[in-house]
Amino acid sequence: MENKSIAQLAADLRLRTYSSVELTRHYLERIERLDSRLNSFISVAGEAALASAERADLALKSGDVGPLTGIPIAHKDIFCTQGFKTSCGSRMLDDFIAPYDATLVERLAAAGAVMLGKTNMDEFAMGSSNETSFYGPVTNPWDQTRVPGGSSGGSAAAVAARLCPAATGTDTGGSIRQPASLCGVTGIKPTYGRCSRWGMIAFASSLDQAGVLARSAADAAFLLDEMAGFDPRDSTSADVPVPDYVDALDDDIAGLRIGLPKEYFGAGLDSGVAASIHDAISEYERLGARISEISLPNSPLSVPVYYVVAPAECSSNLARYDGVRYGYRCGHPADLEDLYKRSRAEGFGAEVQRRIMIGTYVLSAGYYDAYYLKAQKVRQLIADDFRRAFEQVDVIMGPTTPTTAFPLGAKTDDPVAMYLNDIYTIAANLAGLPAISVPVEPAEGLPVGLQIVGDYFQEARLLNLAHRYQHVTHWHQAAPAGFE
Amino acid sequence: MDRCAPVRSLDRYEPYDRFHPPRAYATFQRFHVHFTLPMSLDPDAIEKIAHLARLAIAPERRERYAVDLTNILDLVAQMDAVDTEGVEPMAHPLHMAQRLRPDRPTEPDRRARYQAGAPMVGGGLYLVPKVIE
Repeated sequence: MENKSIAQLAADLRLRTYSSVELTRHYLERIERLDSRLNSFISVAGEAALASAERADLALKSGDVGPLTGIPIAHKDIFCTQGFKTSCGSRMLDDFIAPYDATLVERLAAAGAVMLGKTNMDEFAMGSSNETSFYGPVTNPWDQTRVPGGSSGGSAAAVAARLCPAATGTDTGGSIRQPASLCGVTGIKPTYGRCSRWGMIAFASSLDQAGVLARSAADAAFLLDEMAGFDPRDSTSADVPVPDYVDALDDDIAGLRIGLPKEYFGAGLDSGVAASIHDAISEYERLGARISEISLPNSPLSVPVYYVVAPAECSSNLARYDGVRYGYRCGHPADLEDLYKRSRAEGFGAEVQRRIMIGTYVLSAGYYDAYYLKAQKVRQLIADDFRRAFEQVDVIMGPTTPTTAFPLGAKTDDPVAMYLNDIYTIAANLAGLPAISVPVEPAEGLPVGLQIVGDYFQEARLLNLAHRYQHVTHWHQAAPAGFE
Repeated sequence: MDRCAPVRSLDRYEPYDRFHPPRAYATFQRFHVHFTLPMSLDPDAIEKIAHLARLAIAPERRERYAVDLTNILDLVAQMDAVDTEGVEPMAHPLHMAQRLRPDRPTEPDRRARYQAGAPMVGGGLYLVPKVIE
């Protein structure tokens, strides 16, 4: 049951091969039995999930259903879920029960999807290994001594281990694509503004975007069809028509122009990862695509720019956690300043505090021009590189990450080494472009992800390219040992 | 290091420097200011930044944060190699303007629901330690 695609599950539910309650129970049982090895869920919905499955079964009987009716999914614990704990992986929100649903939670529930629970994540989405979570690290289902990536590491591990058919995620600098790559699942970060951010806890508002992690592009398309679209409650939501992503999956890709940025294949790229990526690109050539080399000359500056822009925005967004209105409050505050300072110091972990301090520093008067303004200018140059590239090619391909999953603890003492994991993913966030990570041939038994970056609002093209590859390969179907 | 455009006044930088005494980083020339950014942060600077960010950082942890933040700023300094003369800073990935809506209330009163999650409330108000004697 857990190896079936969403289309197969939906067909089975309609034929009453099993009910949504049975399907939901099956996944809840898998989570109960297997997640102690992964720690991919922070909270499991249990009874609430079975209650929505019962409602889905009633809808299935009446026949008025969509493709997601009765399909269990999980939400990254960054999305507000009304009446249900929403922690963002932080002690700060350990007791937080959201007073409303995020737009995406609402939309997926309205489409009939059943929420199994909330997945683990790096604290406030700040991390690339899921080791900064207040709830402990998530392990990689392919090798439990290794990280799953982050920050949507719980979603990636849960999907890879077949604890849910698909899960939501968010991506500020690679937080969907990097864990998707390290766990061998398909993860898409849509164009900035494509999916509503309302009720999605803010980290860096000019970069944050919601997306999906699933086993295949087709499964991701079913979710994105429901998630994408304008939301008046999110002032950065794009009012741009949404195509049918499922309909576009089988489009022909012959003659499509694929650009390989030479900067993404240089020093620092693991040779095993490089070999798998080149094999995947050859597969696209066999499918009729045309390959050429391109250059994104400013892309090596993505990481430096990101570590100004993201902390700056985070220091502003996280100023709301003051121990007064919601979230953690320290014990016995001496005065208001003590209340603020200790609530924040005790409520936030070390990585979040590092980023708040970097952001505070680069935004402080006298340093603003040299750091923040400079970063926003280089960011424009990075975006211009992509604009020029998309005059020559239709999509850009390269590795999602420079290496496969690294061991737990390997980079926790060196923030900069951790940041360099996102060297290939950050540029798409800075430019606001959509990008997807697709599992290709593993290297030494560990998953490898191919990243495809498209022009603005070309999500359908990315899913189509991933789907065509998955039609002729089987890497996305491989299950980690012990989770088959 | 980035050379700032001719700056209106030398005074612009001096009163703002909370982190370093001016001698440590700034070189002033006659007409143009070459504003050199500090290459490292020390534990005293961390204390000042932490105060601005309203974080209580224990003295024994300041050294570690000073090393981490200095390493991050070293990484960030790579962008100084790029000439950004005449480049407009990017304000929005899609160059969209902020969308406005009519100035009319759209949300119902949810005070009770929102206050249900507050650490301390009384009489419909959020309670904090006494601020005014």
